[in-house]
Amino acid sequence: MINVPARSISDRALSTLNASFKADRDLRLKGYSDAMQFLANPTIFMRLANAVLPWAWTAAALCFAAGLYMALISSPTDYQKGETVRIMYVHVPAAWLALFIYVLMAVASAVALIFRHPLADAAAKAAGPLGAVFCFLALVTGAIWGKPMWGTWWVWDARLTSMFILMLLYLAYLAIWQAFDDPHLAAGLARVVALVGVIMVPIIKFSVEWWNTLHQPASLAKLAIDPAMLWPLLLMALAYTLFFLCLHLTAIGNEITARKLRAARLKAIAST
Amino acid sequence: MTAAFVALIRRDLLLSYRGGGVGAALAFMLAFLVMIPLAIGPDQETLSRLAPGLMWLALLLAVLLTTERLFQQDWDDGSLELLAMAPLPLELLCLAKALAHWLGVSLPLAIVAGPLGILLNLPVDRLAVLLLGMVTGSLALSLIAAIAGAVTAGLRRGGLLIPLLVLPLYVPVLIFGLATTGGDLGPAGATPSLLVLAAIVLITLVLQPWAAAAALRAYFR
Amino acid sequence: MKLNASALACERNGRVVFSGVDFVVKSGELAELRGPNGSGKSSLLRQVAGLVPVSGGGLTLDMGDDDSAGDQPLPQRCHYVGHQDALKPSLTVRQNLSFWAMLLGGGDGDVERALAAFGLQALSEVAVQFLSAGQRRRLALARLPVAPRPIWLLDEPTTALDQTAEKTLGRMMDAHLASGGMVLAATHATLPRKADHVITLGNGDSEIRRLQI
Repeated sequence: MINVPARSISDRALSTLNASFKADRDLRLKGYSDAMQFLANPTIFMRLANAVLPWAWTAAALCFAAGLYMALISSPTDYQKGETVRIMYVHVPAAWLALFIYVLMAVASAVALIFRHPLADAAAKAAGPLGAVFCFLALVTGAIWGKPMWGTWWVWDARLTSMFILMLLYLAYLAIWQAFDDPHLAAGLARVVALVGVIMVPIIKFSVEWWNTLHQPASLAKLAIDPAMLWPLLLMALAYTLFFLCLHLTAIGNEITARKLRAARLKAIAST
Repeated sequence: MTAAFVALIRRDLLLSYRGGGVGAALAFMLAFLVMIPLAIGPDQETLSRLAPGLMWLALLLAVLLTTERLFQQDWDDGSLELLAMAPLPLELLCLAKALAHWLGVSLPLAIVAGPLGILLNLPVDRLAVLLLGMVTGSLALSLIAAIAGAVTAGLRRGGLLIPLLVLPLYVPVLIFGLATTGGDLGPAGATPSLLVLAAIVLITLVLQPWAAAAALRAYFR
Repeated sequence: MKLNASALACERNGRVVFSGVDFVVKSGELAELRGPNGSGKSSLLRQVAGLVPVSGGGLTLDMGDDDSAGDQPLPQRCHYVGHQDALKPSLTVRQNLSFWAMLLGGGDGDVERALAAFGLQALSEVAVQFLSAGQRRRLALARLPVAPRPIWLLDEPTTALDQTAEKTLGRMMDAHLASGGMVLAATHATLPRKADHVITLGNGDSEIRRLQI
């Protein structure tokens, strides 16, 4: 699987870095014990993540295999929408995850803000691009679904519009990390942006739904979903979530390694 | 503490008139207004139908234009550091900045935007309720702008980032501000929409001091 | 009143600017900060002002018997005159100064006296954008007497000042110290008054270490 070589590289980088950090420890200043405690934490985290990851990848692959089989082959077609209903199994879990990841990002930001735990910043930062990708996937599959459903690629329906705005919120979050060179400053500001965003998300969603009823009074009645469709949908949602979990853990690991490399580079500059 | 709060609002108001903040935003609004019939045609009926929405857009964009200066000027000349040392909690300082921005920029623009809509053949009977919605909503616009302003206080070319930060958050204000002028309002009229708008203002009023102060603290960390 | 620094350290962007700095400055004392560029003189002043975090060691203000100001945080007991003058170009000299007087808790009478002391009375209705660098600096320094604060943090206070203005600053410092205040000044030049302590910061360039990842 793709993560294996990447993992071994980061493992090796970690062990050499850890050795150099140990040698560096006698240089440690008084009052930096907090920073040092944190150093122990990500190492434990990486070890834990590396233990979990192979299992999580396997589970994700199994869920995808079963879910896709049920969704694309064994589940019934819709009496109105025909075969196109199968796009739902790709679209709906992506939309769920896009929302879920934003909340996760905000929770991580809150933890970072309250407990000053830098690992939480790394978790929030790593979640951002992943959430944006799921959001984008939901938008694209929504548009593809829209063609047979509404006869046009894009309709400003309430759910798609909210998803679009969520995408903008993700882009704003990513832009903060891009815009500031100082990672500590960027982290502090990104927390604020994520938290303000998550507070506004329900308000935005509520207003967009209100706006939608004003302009096109209830064109789509909610369809009761058949259990034969519900099970593959839930399985796909589980597969998506596991997939995200794997990517997220890997991305946090990468972020930790990147920070350590940055610190090592600063040190290398100092010793020349 | 109150004296410091008032002093800050007074200075920012003075600056917004001296420094051309509100003047430039107003000029932008006029320029935007001229572009509308050129872009969508001079048909009176179409313009009349679109006028409330377009004037709201003009207001949003004009406020957006002034957001960058909100904290950045104080950051650039070192004032923000001294403000942070004043006997005024950072939260109240941020609230004072936002209120000054409302009084000095958003509120005048909101008052002017409605009547300017007449140029777009805005139905005169809708004018009062549009004005009411804009005046109420403009406070939320300033509060949200002040959050984004604080986040980008020390950022060169923060103006590129601000629309992305601000516009998604303006969505509820825009929707409920416009709902007051909607076609079929039902028996209750515009009141429900105005109340929701007021609720949004209150939420941003609670959120802004905390969020903007947290952003400034990141700079002094 | 005593300002105590023990094993004070400062870190900016993963770089140790200084570490292990100890000093005690008492009421009525002027401490001069010396050191080459990048040694952290400005950072130390900004740490006292609460604008840069203290990354190691301690920085405490011991009020002794006089705790009239209650539990006011350290930054609110400080005046800080940094490299930037914190002036608004479109406002007049008086408007600028009275704003800071109001914000920092001074009165209008103090504003007039401060303007007079720094020879800015004739310019009081002129917008700051028309002032020279030296005049701006004088106006920035005029903040010091408008609101009483026991600790003055001055970063290169004599930059762009002429001899008259330097003497005025010297008199201000004398009066402030005589009334039980303290002054921390970072400078490469000579201060208008002899310092009671000289705090020398080392060469920061050799001290870059890994601190936090």
